[in-house]
Amino acid sequence: MQNPVAIDQRTPEEARIWELLNTIPDPEVPAISIVELGVVRSITVDGRSVDVAMTPTYSGCPALKAMEDEVQRVLVENGYEPGIRIVYKPAWTTEWMSESTRGKLKAYGIAPPPKLTFEHLHPLAKAVDAPVRCPFCDSIDTTLTSRFGSTACKALYSCHSCRQPFEQFKCI
Amino acid sequence: MENNHQALFTYCVRLADNALVLAQRLCEWCGHGPILEEDIAISNMGLDLLGQSRALYTYAATLEGAGRTEDDLAFHRNERQFLNRCLVEQPNGDFAVTMMKSFLYSSLAYLQFRELSRSKDETLSGIAAKALKELTYHVRHSSQWVIRLGDGTDESHQRISIALQDLWGFTDELFEMDEVDRILIQAGVACDLEALRSEWNQMVEEVFGQALLSLPSVVGYRSKGGFKGIHTEHLGHMLSEMQYLPRAYPDAKW
Repeated sequence: MQNPVAIDQRTPEEARIWELLNTIPDPEVPAISIVELGVVRSITVDGRSVDVAMTPTYSGCPALKAMEDEVQRVLVENGYEPGIRIVYKPAWTTEWMSESTRGKLKAYGIAPPPKLTFEHLHPLAKAVDAPVRCPFCDSIDTTLTSRFGSTACKALYSCHSCRQPFEQFKCI
Repeated sequence: MENNHQALFTYCVRLADNALVLAQRLCEWCGHGPILEEDIAISNMGLDLLGQSRALYTYAATLEGAGRTEDDLAFHRNERQFLNRCLVEQPNGDFAVTMMKSFLYSSLAYLQFRELSRSKDETLSGIAAKALKELTYHVRHSSQWVIRLGDGTDESHQRISIALQDLWGFTDELFEMDEVDRILIQAGVACDLEALRSEWNQMVEEVFGQALLSLPSVVGYRSKGGFKGIHTEHLGHMLSEMQYLPRAYPDAKW
């Protein structure tokens, strides 16, 4: 589900470009790359021209423009002629983040998103406020401070064990 | 543009206008929220809606093919050309009014975009599927505030009751449809709002039940026609602020 083109079907050149884009950090969560975040959806190479399809995490994500500019810059610096398209389908989901990406978020101090369940898709469901583990001390004695954090993709929590506020990557 | 094309253009502008006008209202709270976290939450919801409107305007401009851009649609139309429902243009009032307005809008928008995510129009279904995830959060956030205020102190209960009383008269209008809807429902592109009414009623009654609120028995005023450009006096004032800069300085660049 990570990407439309399975990794083993990539040409060596496509694989090289995936690696290049994998060096671009998410401007708001620099611990992970834009490829790990899952916003780069496909890469198609035709000679020097490269078609890159990207998808926003949230419709109004202000970082998308910065990500596009970085993709443009990196590809031009490497001698390519990039064309960037914004696609909406399939809609971005935190399910695309791998275990290793989730580990990087935790090490950076952000609680990784939980697995997507029925409750996340139904606004009046109750069970969505399941305990969230503190990324600093692993305690589950935490409370939700706000459903919206410093960026659209995060919520605010506080930990009663280590008394630290922390952010959680929201599950969508 | 041929019929379906023209209808889809209008349909997307109507959806986009709802989202943009509510986004502008929510962002009026920026720096004025009752607590920092809520200030951030309200602005975040506004940001989601702004993003949804941009995607819809961009698609509408492509369908029209007349060289207009998302910015032209947002900033160079007058209030009679805006096709949003009157609910979203209502002033923010106090925090209770803002949360009630957000709940009434997002609960129906959630159902509508859920249906649109299965639209036969690929672009519209993509934008809707994305928006749906965001609206799920907006319903969750606003419904919990409605419950907390309703089942809170005497003052919070009174304020959220007044908010419901004042805004309920704008909810019938949310279901108004016309030829544009009928053409697109026929084509499997749009959704029938009437078919969502009972599910929406259940949703709001579930929340109002927990909030110890009852539906107003007397509604003195029922709005209609926002989607045809018939608005309350508030929209013009809001647009004059929102559109001031690009109209006063047409060459300004973001």
